[in-house]
Amino acid sequence: MTGALIVHRSGPSVTVQDLGRPGNMVFGLSPGGAADRHAFIEGTVLLGQSLDCAALEMAGFGGEFEATSDIRIAMTGAPMLARLDGQRLVWNASHTMQAGQRLTIGAASSGIYGYLHIGGGIACPPFLGSRATHLAGGIGKPLCPNEQLPLGPDLKPDFVGQLLSVIDRFSGGTLRVLPSVQTDRFSAATRARFEATRFTRTPRGNRQGAELQFEGEAFVSDAQLTILSETMVAGDIQMTGAGEPFVLLPECQTTGGYPRIGTILPDDLPLVAQAVPGVSLKFRFVTHEEALAHHRPTETLRADLTRKLQPLLRDPRDIRDLLSYQLVSGAITGWD
Amino acid sequence: MASNAFPRIKNVGLSGVLVSFSDVLTESANRAALAFRAELEKAAPPGITETTTSLTSTFVVYDPVRLPLKDLRAYLSKLLTRENWETATLPERRRLWRVPAVFGGECGPQLEEAANLAGLTPERAIEELTSTRVRVMTIGFAPGQPYLGSLPENWDIPRQSGLTKQVPNGAIAVAIRQLVLFTTETPTGWRQVGRTAFRGFRPESDSPFALRPGDEVQFASIDEETYASIRAKDKTGDGGSEWEFLP
Repeated sequence: MTGALIVHRSGPSVTVQDLGRPGNMVFGLSPGGAADRHAFIEGTVLLGQSLDCAALEMAGFGGEFEATSDIRIAMTGAPMLARLDGQRLVWNASHTMQAGQRLTIGAASSGIYGYLHIGGGIACPPFLGSRATHLAGGIGKPLCPNEQLPLGPDLKPDFVGQLLSVIDRFSGGTLRVLPSVQTDRFSAATRARFEATRFTRTPRGNRQGAELQFEGEAFVSDAQLTILSETMVAGDIQMTGAGEPFVLLPECQTTGGYPRIGTILPDDLPLVAQAVPGVSLKFRFVTHEEALAHHRPTETLRADLTRKLQPLLRDPRDIRDLLSYQLVSGAITGWD
Repeated sequence: MASNAFPRIKNVGLSGVLVSFSDVLTESANRAALAFRAELEKAAPPGITETTTSLTSTFVVYDPVRLPLKDLRAYLSKLLTRENWETATLPERRRLWRVPAVFGGECGPQLEEAANLAGLTPERAIEELTSTRVRVMTIGFAPGQPYLGSLPENWDIPRQSGLTKQVPNGAIAVAIRQLVLFTTETPTGWRQVGRTAFRGFRPESDSPFALRPGDEVQFASIDEETYASIRAKDKTGDGGSEWEFLP
């Protein structure tokens, strides 16, 4: 049986997302999709469902939801305070939500993008093979109060009570960077200074990109304002007119005229997407071989995460500090 | 090979490779980018997942696990030497679009200014803009939005130093020997000389992108009344345009 999700209230930027619609760059449309792909994949693993099952991406703040039939839910990404009829729910875990119950999801305690996944996925009509809202491209829009979202058929209605121990992706760290189109237009000294500099996110940013700030001289190339517009991709670090860095995210434009000093390894990109203002980021150039050794393709990542699933044994009501429950400290080495 | 020699292959991140034919816009470099991409799409080697073009380059997205970088680069290098891509035949099934447009007046508030910079009277400017067949050199900035060129050399006019706050969907703007046919309301540094009822991006349609890189466009001058009546009747987004396959 399929039902609907009723949106009673929602934050200013809650959108339907999946892994986006690659294949349309030639028509000026970037792939888009979840800002934190890793968190989106975690949700599909918690519910044991396909990557085609779209979820809600909540930027900074969730909302209040109700289902018209019994459904399964899982929340991943930036941890937010979630309650079901007043009872706190564990983040990074799967739960049953009965018809008529109220799910409230508050502000993110760290990070930016939280995800609400539903068994069977959100089944709004796909466009070019994806349900992802692409705000910059004019495809779909943020949720509105009183909207009803159709849900797809849930193939595993009994698979609930799963928990994923998740590494902290919300506190910045050192990101691996590969050369991009204009990397060699920045001097070796500039690139070295780039690697030695500590950057922080500014409040300016959205699904298109994130602005960074730093102390010191601007990072200027010998091509700063003379280059032709060239293809760009998510992960590119462009130096705008004043030499200020701007990291491109999934809804970026497909071409741009600012020089790019490097491209972040896709596996590390969620760290930028999830960085709140003030979080510190550093960059380190790696070789293609080193990057490839650290890269986990989507299917590998799904298999790894599936092995890490564990039953959510304890009754959530017994857990004192639910928000820290899923943040296993000391497990951040993979991002450092 | 010197690093500045063209064509030039560069890695972009983990899963992208850029094949550039020039660092300045020329007809032949744009032709090469379009023809080289068409060849990659036709050959469709396993591991290449997406291709696109900018004004003078072909961009390849690939799966580095399935297709090792050195194999991809070797494949691309070999394909580059197979023929002179700068004189290659353009992709098959390109279309010629004839698009009605109003120039000047409220629909083209900067026609006079742009014509001046191009050393022409507004009347002569309209004549040049409608007699030149322009190519969709690339699509970008917004979904379905074409960069059309090249116009005669006298149209090598700079962008404005400031921005126009907003041009409407369907606006035609000019700078640096190119025209943009806007698909979204946006601020721009280009000068708006005309307006069409043509929508290059149709998110309500199963085939949302009207134009393809390599297509050609010729504008036909109409008056405001005709434009209004086209707009009122048009449901498809074609805006009164017609197209045929180029030979």
